[in-house]
Amino acid sequence: MNMAQDEILIRGGRIIDPASGVDMVGDVLVSGGTIWKVGKKINHSRSAKVYDAGGLVVSPGFVDMHAHLREPGREDEETIESGAKAALKGGFTSIVAMPNTDPPIDSEGMVRLVIEKGEGAGAARVFPMAAITKGLKGESISEMAHLREAGAVAFTDDGNPVSNAGTMRRALEYASMLECPVVSHCEETSLTKGGAMNEGAVSTALGLKGIPSVAEEIIVARDILLSGFTGGRLHIAHMSTKESVDLIRRAKKMGTKVTAEATPHHIALTDELLRSYDTNFKMNPPLRKEDDRMALIEGLRDGTIDCIATDHAPHTEIEKDVAFDDAPFGVTGLETALGVLITFLVEAGHLTLEQMVEKLSLSPSKILGLSSGTLRPGAQADITVFDPHLEWTVSPDDFLSKSRNSPFCGMKLAGHAVLVLVSGRALYESSKERMAPRGNQPA
Amino acid sequence: MLNRKDLLGLEDLTKEEIVTILDTASSFKEVLERPIRKVPALRGKTVVNLFFEPSTRTRISFEMAEKRLSADTISFSQTGSSVSKGETLKDTAKNIEAMEIDAIVIRHSESGAPHFLARNLDSVVINAGDGSHEHPTQGLLDLLTVREKKGNLAGLKMVIIGDIAHSRVARSDIWGFTKLGADVSICGPSTMIPAEVEKFGVRVHTRIEEALEGVDVVNVLRIQLERQGQPLFPSVREYAKLFGIDGEKLKRAKSDCIVMHPGPINRGVEIDNEVADGAHSVILGQVTNGVAVRMAVLYLLVGKSAPFLPLEEGEKDH
Repeated sequence: MNMAQDEILIRGGRIIDPASGVDMVGDVLVSGGTIWKVGKKINHSRSAKVYDAGGLVVSPGFVDMHAHLREPGREDEETIESGAKAALKGGFTSIVAMPNTDPPIDSEGMVRLVIEKGEGAGAARVFPMAAITKGLKGESISEMAHLREAGAVAFTDDGNPVSNAGTMRRALEYASMLECPVVSHCEETSLTKGGAMNEGAVSTALGLKGIPSVAEEIIVARDILLSGFTGGRLHIAHMSTKESVDLIRRAKKMGTKVTAEATPHHIALTDELLRSYDTNFKMNPPLRKEDDRMALIEGLRDGTIDCIATDHAPHTEIEKDVAFDDAPFGVTGLETALGVLITFLVEAGHLTLEQMVEKLSLSPSKILGLSSGTLRPGAQADITVFDPHLEWTVSPDDFLSKSRNSPFCGMKLAGHAVLVLVSGRALYESSKERMAPRGNQPA
Repeated sequence: MLNRKDLLGLEDLTKEEIVTILDTASSFKEVLERPIRKVPALRGKTVVNLFFEPSTRTRISFEMAEKRLSADTISFSQTGSSVSKGETLKDTAKNIEAMEIDAIVIRHSESGAPHFLARNLDSVVINAGDGSHEHPTQGLLDLLTVREKKGNLAGLKMVIIGDIAHSRVARSDIWGFTKLGADVSICGPSTMIPAEVEKFGVRVHTRIEEALEGVDVVNVLRIQLERQGQPLFPSVREYAKLFGIDGEKLKRAKSDCIVMHPGPINRGVEIDNEVADGAHSVILGQVTNGVAVRMAVLYLLVGKSAPFLPLEEGEKDH
């Protein structure tokens, strides 16, 4: 897979670059790790490798700002390397590692460790997100400036909320001078304790303790108010309810510095699927109802929800193969995200391909202040080429992730990455025959 | 016979399947009234009772039913931490199945634990109560009891009173009674009414006087303080005053109403002595019917390959 190239011409694909408003059939020339030229027809040198992208989409590489890579501490579930490779196969050229590891990412040394391990993986770029509070304990804020300087792209205690409003206030205030967002896991734990799934008719039928939607909305509202009060940049992680979308819509109208993400599984699935007690549908926040799902889709359409993030949360089969209450929350997502989004958003007529690409590349890059997310000449050549029509069946045995806990197992999806370039290097290619050998004559 | 491997709940049974079980249970009741209360229907079959949660009456009722059918039985009780239970559950069940058994009867504090076993085992799995989900044989014995006393269930007015949110009996009764055409209401403090329960086709009351008006059947649930986590009502005294069934409150029901309770009873809390032991009470009849219903379920699921059961004539010669 690891084929360093000086020049690659991606020829004849549908180029979608929301940052520059480009949506056309044409060529992209990559040279020296950067995007050299984008045009209808590009002449290239004899030494360039030519990739026939006919019928394919050429887009900026996807950026997942929410992935749990489990290293250090739970390398049996995932490592930075296996996560970065899984990401690449899913079309992601950059991922952000969440800090709820063991030990957590709350020191400069830990931030550097993630960066170094990510560089060593030779796959998708890995950026660390650091803890808001020391030890993820929710008490005192971490050394944010030092962590930022070491390479943290944002701060979160994800997995747990910052329950103390005073601590959250200080975090937003302090982070406001560092030009990066504080990412909120919105959960009022006094309302979710012991809960296993969304509270509603299905939880009542199954006799499982419910997690009410208001538990999320209370903290969304609180953090929006704190963001407005402090001027700090707030990003709401994995939002799942209709009221959360409405709260953010109103906050944006008021000019609050808030952004938000939704996950592919909340966009595609509902709590009805839990009737089988299959622990692969157990996640936090839980799968909600159809009107919540549709509200997320509407939020994506009207820009209330800025980006899509996977909340990739790997767990071993042994951990998940237990009775429902005993299973951990979380599902994998890096390798299924694109197929799920094309199937449930684009083919279903909710979003255009261009909108989907924006939510997957440009928006998360902007939120995190990364230079990725565009195909403008001069930009780093992080490029995803995907086939939006390629039908495939999700088979966890094919995953590069170490874990198999996908709610999409056995599902037929449309859309898969076929070529992924990071800094101009083709690190993933699914159909080798499309890449012509060196020395191929220009057309 | 039932066209299914397991009995996990009444929600997924058809009306016809429920009636088949009740009819079979009625036949078995005759067996229980004979001098020799035993038939060979499950001779050579082995049933294991796995009780991961304390239970006396349900375990004895199942064991009794198994012995009346001539099955070999083994009973196993275990309690432990929540997580270790989940892990040992599969290991324990797989090990037991490896000893060539035919059925597992499981009681577990977690909803869905029987479903988990059913997915992992080839043996028949019978749910003897899972968390706050279902207690299907209790629901069936309640149906049998009402059918005996009232004949047809269609059109009967029934009210279930108490902690609906945490009650597996309530869920099984709701599915069973509504499928057979009864008009079911539930009543309890608003903190004990689970989310969107009206979608199951029941009416919800929080005033007992309203709920009891003109009903044929009153099913009083046990207050299960141990399951609530945080208190759902301010005091037992207040609960007893507002929702405890006494003779005075019962006057609002039909004069020939019957009063049921799945037991064990908290006397003076959810039900007064005068009602529990009074003329309307069918509580002990429920216990008898429990054995007959469990015999029927075991026979219909485990005895699939058993020879025809000579219930009417042949057995009388034993």
